[in-house]
Amino acid sequence: MCTTCGCSPEEHHHDHGDGHHQHDHEHKHEHGPGTGAEGKKISIETDILARNNRLAANNRALFTAHGVFVLNLVSSPGSGKTTLLEKTLRDMAGKASSAVIEGDQQTDNDAVRIAATGVPVRQINTGAGCHLDAHMVGHAALEFDLDNLDLLLIENVGNLVCPASFDLGENHKVVVLSVTEGEDKPLKYPHMFHAANVMLLNKIDLLPHLDFDVAKCREMARRVNPGIIIFEVSAKTGAGMDDWYGWLGERIKGRG
Amino acid sequence: MHELSITQSIVEICEQNSQGRRVLSVTLELGQLSGIVPDSVEFCFEACTKGTLLEGARLIISSIPPMGVCRDCGVEFPVTAYYDSCPSCGGFTVELLHGEELRVKELEVE
Repeated sequence: MCTTCGCSPEEHHHDHGDGHHQHDHEHKHEHGPGTGAEGKKISIETDILARNNRLAANNRALFTAHGVFVLNLVSSPGSGKTTLLEKTLRDMAGKASSAVIEGDQQTDNDAVRIAATGVPVRQINTGAGCHLDAHMVGHAALEFDLDNLDLLLIENVGNLVCPASFDLGENHKVVVLSVTEGEDKPLKYPHMFHAANVMLLNKIDLLPHLDFDVAKCREMARRVNPGIIIFEVSAKTGAGMDDWYGWLGERIKGRG
Repeated sequence: MHELSITQSIVEICEQNSQGRRVLSVTLELGQLSGIVPDSVEFCFEACTKGTLLEGARLIISSIPPMGVCRDCGVEFPVTAYYDSCPSCGGFTVELLHGEELRVKELEVE
């Protein structure tokens, strides 16, 4: 049995008690005329995500104990997350000791790209799953030397919907939006932009070729999330990346 | 389709709390801003409950309309989306009071 979360290889659904209370009210209850069924009501009042949230809290405690600053990168497929990670890891080398968890439905293509930067990487394949969860991340994180790690970057499955609901134990969610996607993405996928603390507006080198309205995009992101921090970057040319590194450096120093 | 894993969690929670009895009905509270589509949960429910204590159970979903309070002027108002502005002062700094619930409220067992 796993000592971290108590799972066994065969049985991943197992836990008992998530701090919820349970009390019974015994009363008879007719199910429509003539059914005669007698039901006993059990009040549960349990958060459906309680198990994930508990495991995420464990992850957060583990990361804090080891002094690791953790970001959960989310976006639609093709926003340039992996290129942005490669560039960030190469430019931050020497300033911070980093590791990466890659989430994709299939293939280890992204992990191979990250490994080429010299940074330790673990690939999680979710199969049919549309998001990473705290259980997967908790196991992957234990494969790193956490004592000698400053920064853990988690690249979530490319999906602007589902990963918004699943806390992984990160310090912040960082949403990546590329200028080829349309400036109204924050309004179309408000849950994700509401959940994120930082937005990286990527591929700004392509702006001269597009009708993308940066000011409008910033305004829409701020409508959904007034406190969101926005960096305009190009992972390809390096434009704007220094501001992002500045924020990252400060947060790693303060670990939060 | 994270409704599938959400529904699996619902089944797990119910089985842990049903005291080994067959479940007749499950009542959920889903906030309209929870990011979960009730129809999808209903769709997944039948598949996820097959062979469990919940097989054949009735799924009752209570949908909770979102309410927010404006942090600028303090007015409370019904929210329809995260980008709603305050109807009184036009501000976007809105704190949600309800509407993100994702809860198994009650079970009815044999």
